[in-house]
Amino acid sequence: MTTKEGITNEQANENRGQSGGERWLHMYRQMRRIRWFEQNANELYLSAKMPGLTHLSVGQEAVAVGVCEALQPTDYITSTHRGHGHCLAKGAKLDLMFAELLGKAPGYCRGKGGSMHIADQEHGNLGANAIVGAGAAIATGAAFSAKMLGNQRVAVCFVGEGALGQGLLYEVMNMAALWRLPVLYLCENNFYNEYTHFTQTTAGEILARPAAFGIPAKEVDGQDVKAVFGQASQFVDRLRNGDGPAFLLCHTYRVHGHHVGDINRTYYRSKEEEQEWKAKRDPLQIHRDWLLQEQYTNEEELAAMDREIQAEAEAAVQFALSAPYPDLTEVDQHVYA
Amino acid sequence: MSTLELSAPVETRELTFGQAIYEALAEEMRRDERVVVLGEDVAEAGTVFKVLSGLVDEFGTKRVIDTPISEPGFTGIGVGAAMTGLRPVIDIMFGDFLTLVMDQLVNQAAKTHYMSGGKLKVPMVLRTTLGATRRSAAQHSQSLQALVSHIPGLKVVLPSTPYDAKGLLKTAIRDDNPVVFMEDKMNYQQKGHVPAEEYILPFGVADIKRAGNDVTVVATSSMVTVALAAANLLAADGISAEIIDPRTTVPLDSATLISSAKKTGRAVVIDEGHRSYGVTAEIAATIAEHAFYYLDAPVLRFGAMDVPIPFSPVLEDLTVPTPEQVAAGVRKLCSGN
Repeated sequence: MTTKEGITNEQANENRGQSGGERWLHMYRQMRRIRWFEQNANELYLSAKMPGLTHLSVGQEAVAVGVCEALQPTDYITSTHRGHGHCLAKGAKLDLMFAELLGKAPGYCRGKGGSMHIADQEHGNLGANAIVGAGAAIATGAAFSAKMLGNQRVAVCFVGEGALGQGLLYEVMNMAALWRLPVLYLCENNFYNEYTHFTQTTAGEILARPAAFGIPAKEVDGQDVKAVFGQASQFVDRLRNGDGPAFLLCHTYRVHGHHVGDINRTYYRSKEEEQEWKAKRDPLQIHRDWLLQEQYTNEEELAAMDREIQAEAEAAVQFALSAPYPDLTEVDQHVYA
Repeated sequence: MSTLELSAPVETRELTFGQAIYEALAEEMRRDERVVVLGEDVAEAGTVFKVLSGLVDEFGTKRVIDTPISEPGFTGIGVGAAMTGLRPVIDIMFGDFLTLVMDQLVNQAAKTHYMSGGKLKVPMVLRTTLGATRRSAAQHSQSLQALVSHIPGLKVVLPSTPYDAKGLLKTAIRDDNPVVFMEDKMNYQQKGHVPAEEYILPFGVADIKRAGNDVTVVATSSMVTVALAAANLLAADGISAEIIDPRTTVPLDSATLISSAKKTGRAVVIDEGHRSYGVTAEIAATIAEHAFYYLDAPVLRFGAMDVPIPFSPVLEDLTVPTPEQVAAGVRKLCSGN
């Protein structure tokens, strides 16, 4: 089995000390957990149990999982407003995530951050960011620290294709290239800058942009977790070798609207397009079919895994629903360290 | 190490304001290898004001780093580096360029600790300048301390003497929060006594620059010199002015300002930022709220005129408060007219 970029998956696995079957099944499990999380988040919104809005990453699970599986727990990520998948893939727990979405005290940020600001320092997650592209500078700064301190860590900056419109991204890519910083710019092209197709906002070729800074850039099918993992692993090895930054463009699709309240979408995209991606390009289905075809697992085992994850997700939702809100005295805590 | 009082019998040398800044940085860089300096022309050029000349010779280009002209980019890198183990000192040449880094300061640095529920910290110092009358026109002459003082999560330092500059910059570098440190560029050559022995100065402690009984004059940064000159003019008229320098607008030592206003019964506030919605408004309101029944007259304010700073010297000189204007205002205040 070879990815389109040429690395064999077995090679990538050997690098990371897990047999192929275990690794690929684990990736399926992680994608399934993200899918369950997002579905439950949507239901919490629809049943008016969640304050505010949230941005779902259904359809983009293979990118989050393929990349984070190529990282060590001590490596850094920065995430976006559509960041639940990244956080979970990097090691966050479902229950503390749900608690944060509901503004509850045990949440990752004690309820002060919410869906768009989940930070999980224990797993190297420097925070989701609600300013498009802002995480790029923070990830680059983390890579700057890693290089300065010589701790062999690397940083991955998840950005959507919308961030290609932010000048900040190019400023920090320039410095990362000049200073050979260990940072991977991971661009998820889910086709839509909010409600606008990216072709209306993005001139020229996307990969020509990192190339202008001399940053190696590749693109992969973001619906194929193996392809994402394979290329991300190659790039992460490059970063750890001290060879400077890299850029990976993953083509994917945002199945839901911009946020949970974005229900009527026909003015910017067709139902046929959505249906096509759901039916033929679903990353979970693609990986599931492949696992069965390669006999890494069977229907029975997958059904058991689904039941297990569903139970975990439901318990996590219950935990969050019954968790206390922060004490009111916390309102002015943590303004200053 | 404790704070040294100027009145204590310590051995001092005469240093310029710029030399005091340099000494603080060099001492902290020797003390803590996590301290790095990033900015435009900070290394061999030693900044446009030559304040850092020589720093790169001792610490090398790995710790005194010339950046591209990308203020948002290198400030954002500073935020990410501060979150991951370094203590960056970011050099923003002119305070006017604070507008370029507002996202990095306001949405990122200031909010990270709070939004993460206290998990992440941003121990970063952003050094920049303020002040008009260099004939530099509207984009190189502003005093924008009110913009940053408005944002919870930032600390703001406005030193007026070499002694204060050194002690406060050392404290800023050791602080675990983002600190905006604003230097009056007309003040770099001003000389003053600085202890030979190492010392630090605490934030949130105002300094009485001149004791007096008839009127309290609260002045910041560049306006301390103006206030002291006004006090000399007033002394000739038999009016004894007490000059108080808050030294930090955040945290603000309101207790010292209020108690002085209660003692003298009259208060004047001077800051070089624009008068409307500025630092003077906040300080005047603080005094009015807490010392109202002790006041014999309304609180008087002086700030930069509410116009963009003009280039032509005859016009520019009209925009900044002068000792004569302040003295005239105080005389009126004291005469009850």
